[in-house]
Amino acid sequence: MQFKYDLEGGNFSRAGHASSEVKKILKQLNVDARIIKRIVVALYEGEVNVVAHAHKGVVMVDIDEKRIYIRIEDEGPGIPDINLAMQEGFSTASASVREMGFGAGMGLPNIKKNTDQLNIESEVGKGTVLEMTTMISS
Amino acid sequence: MKVCDIKEKLNLTLFCGGLGLDRVVENGYVSDLLSDVMGNANEGDVWITLQTHKNIMAVASLKDIAAIILVKGLKPDEATMAHSEEEQIPILGTTMEAFELAGKLYKLLNS
Ligand SMILES: Nc1ncnc2c1ncn2[C@@H]1O[C@H](COP(=O)(O)OP(=O)(O)O)[C@@H](O)[C@H]1O
Ligand SMILES: [Mg+2]
Repeated sequence: MQFKYDLEGGNFSRAGHASSEVKKILKQLNVDARIIKRIVVALYEGEVNVVAHAHKGVVMVDIDEKRIYIRIEDEGPGIPDINLAMQEGFSTASASVREMGFGAGMGLPNIKKNTDQLNIESEVGKGTVLEMTTMISS
Repeated sequence: MKVCDIKEKLNLTLFCGGLGLDRVVENGYVSDLLSDVMGNANEGDVWITLQTHKNIMAVASLKDIAAIILVKGLKPDEATMAHSEEEQIPILGTTMEAFELAGKLYKLLNS
């Protein structure tokens, strides 16, 4: 099963839409509630990062019996130092974004904690690709 | 304890999401950082915050939060209220500050 959702940089009112849809789908598939919770946290943070830091992006979701694979690809500034970005508390978010309660620098750590396998590739000035895989049945 | 019991006992204002007043409250979480709530709040928590924009509803819905309580007399934005009605997750309010409200809620849930 494959699903696709578009993301728009700066449009915070749409952030969480893909996560909400994927949550519904996984519930219908009777995936363990604890696993759904982890996937939803990771996907939401991925969505928010595109909205907060990039120009536009696409979420691609592929689900089979064993695992869910999510790929979030954006066009944006890219991440110059991924190890630094992964550190809890590191954020380049603007003051106005922080005021809304985003930009705590906990997004990528939350993603790491809540996926079985995470891969990040980024090119400065072009964009970022996040790949998250999580097992949904043993 | 249900959201409606907390509303009554702590004398909270109901802004929206009244259809969710029967939701069961397990515990509480206090934070104004959305990633902190995403990462650490639990299903059935009452979320105490000063954030009023629509994204708090996205977070509350994704995390299966029982209700949101806004402190210091703050009111939810229009779009936040619409989303709360849709999701049937109540948003309540108080003039208390987070410290005082959290203390009272803690006592209530643990008595
Ligand atoms: N998709 C992205 N495009 C560009 N930069 C990103 C992206 N995702 C994350 N970053 C960078 O990594 C930092 C840390 O991300 P994160 O842990 O989610 O914290 P936050 O989003 O709260 O700043 C961001 O502040 C930003 O500099
Ligand atoms: Mg982030």
